[in-house]
Amino acid sequence: MSSVGAVEAVTAESTRDEPPAKLVRRTFSNPIASTLIIVLTILWTVPTFGLLVTSFRPAEQVATTGWWTAFVHPTLTLSNYHTVLFVGGYGVSNGLLPYVINSLAITIPGTVFPLVIASMAAYALAWVKFKGSDIVFFTIFALQVVPLQMALIPLLQLYSGGAHIGSVAVIPNLHLTGTYWPLWLSHTMFAMPLAVFLLHNFIAQLPRELMEAAQVDGAGHFKIFRTIVLPLAAPAIASFAIFQFLWVWNDLLVGLTFAGGTPAVAPLIARLNQLSGSYGSHWELLTAGAFISMLVPLAVFFALQRYFVRGLLAGSVKG
Amino acid sequence: MTTAILADPVLADSGLTDFASKFGQVIAALAIFLGVLGLIFFAAGRATGRLSRPLAVLVFLGPAVLLLLIGLVIPAVRTIYLSLKSDDSSRFVGVKNYDWAFTTSTIHQVLINTAEWIVVAPLLATGLGLAVALLVDRLKRQALYKSLIFMPMAISFVGASIIWKFVYDARDPSQPQVGLLSQVVIALGWSHPPNWILSHPLNNFLLMVILIWTQTGFAMVVLSAAIKAIPNEIVEAARMDGARGRRLLVWVTIPMIRSTLIVVLATVMITTLKIFDIVRTMTGGNFGTQVLANEMYSQSFTEFNYGRGSALAVILFVAVLPLVGYNIVQLRKERSTK
Repeated sequence: MSSVGAVEAVTAESTRDEPPAKLVRRTFSNPIASTLIIVLTILWTVPTFGLLVTSFRPAEQVATTGWWTAFVHPTLTLSNYHTVLFVGGYGVSNGLLPYVINSLAITIPGTVFPLVIASMAAYALAWVKFKGSDIVFFTIFALQVVPLQMALIPLLQLYSGGAHIGSVAVIPNLHLTGTYWPLWLSHTMFAMPLAVFLLHNFIAQLPRELMEAAQVDGAGHFKIFRTIVLPLAAPAIASFAIFQFLWVWNDLLVGLTFAGGTPAVAPLIARLNQLSGSYGSHWELLTAGAFISMLVPLAVFFALQRYFVRGLLAGSVKG
Repeated sequence: MTTAILADPVLADSGLTDFASKFGQVIAALAIFLGVLGLIFFAAGRATGRLSRPLAVLVFLGPAVLLLLIGLVIPAVRTIYLSLKSDDSSRFVGVKNYDWAFTTSTIHQVLINTAEWIVVAPLLATGLGLAVALLVDRLKRQALYKSLIFMPMAISFVGASIIWKFVYDARDPSQPQVGLLSQVVIALGWSHPPNWILSHPLNNFLLMVILIWTQTGFAMVVLSAAIKAIPNEIVEAARMDGARGRRLLVWVTIPMIRSTLIVVLATVMITTLKIFDIVRTMTGGNFGTQVLANEMYSQSFTEFNYGRGSALAVILFVAVLPLVGYNIVQLRKERSTK
């Protein structure tokens, strides 16, 4: 269970001062505290566990008995997953499968685009000397104050009709509605302030001698970026990538606004939000759908917890 | 799941076609993006002399600045402008939309709910996170407890809402219960529990539980790191002076992590202000549970009142502004002392 130890490993990294931490620990030690933690952990875990158990129970049992009775008379089935992925049912016309694919199709470029563009910007702000670079950096950082809600209406108008000043088209109508582009672009734009900030902090700390040596050898900025900065910044890029991946996958606001509810482009989470109404009290289907939506993030979380925590500690202000 | 696909060739076939076409779009988009970038890098990399540096700045920084202008700066300005116009954006109405927001009784309820959320949820999430961070360290298998408490952070708010909607499910007391909460309170002797989600004002707090459930792990991880970073000498000195237990906590530990504590609180507050997914999935804003972010969405995209929706977005912006501002100042301070 190496992944489980990851939180501990990372948080312990920030200090080598074990003895006083242990002192503090012993000072607060008592059995009531231990009981509290165990009770809290159980409270935190049981709802998810109930969801998982329910998703494997037959419909008629889910409708009439609580999931905790499944341990007395265990009957488990995969049919809920089959229904929810491929069939739909109860007035729902499609299975979730196309939406799962949409979520992947949205999330992968939605992670790659902002990472590449933000790394480039971070490099320019850290290592290409020009007037006003500090002001640009601070402005990008400060743009975190803009809530996404403020951008929704103008962006929707832009994607569906281009941009005009008076009657002059500044940006023509590119007919992006109904494609993944509004989602990819929006996620890229919204990720920019935090991504540039985090990557800048890391890239600015790369050793100066390395850059100077490369310049002496005649390497330009483009070569330095590709051959030195990208490989060395890989850990920082990876930890932001996990952050961004989870954020895009779990997003509802952008998905709901720019994709509508069609199986052509809408992500899984937006669809699940609709189903929570359509499936009503068919808990066996709703729980199976919810668990499908949680599989990928939970796998990422448990496999890469260490990097996720690192990203979290580096920048706990996502605007 | 593969067995299910194999069992149904028609479904498998249509699924594969769908997958292939969507996957093709992704590959194409990535190829175009990286291809264009490669070409620009190649072309700009050949430039030498006086032009090379401005060109590098333009190529490296240009895309990010352009995206930020289109995606955040211009929309923010436009939203402020739209908030001063009528709902179909045809004429100026001055501050009428703001007047509407602060005087209509339904919006009053929305603002009160939002205020309740900002006070209760961040305080409880941060408090619980701090308690766990302080207490968990001397348990065996503490990494397991931490991981499990942290886990909800990876779950979407929509997924979390479905998990809790199921917990709050209520049936007539004469029937067997399906929801865990009803079952537990009946077992404890409350024979006629209410229908949880329908009972105002209790339902607001039941919805907040979901946010607290997802954010406690975040507070725990960040605060735990801060506690471990408290220098040796300080704790030792305090112990030499006879500080123990609660006094050590109140006079040494808490003051030492004060700034982190406030940053965590402010961060959860920002998340809370913009909360939208939970209310939308749980109640759709009905039964007296509406909050600002979801009302803004409903006004704009269900009723197409762009003027009112924009005014609510601006109010949200003004509410978030000091919190994010504080966090930014704190973070810059920390960077500059390192």
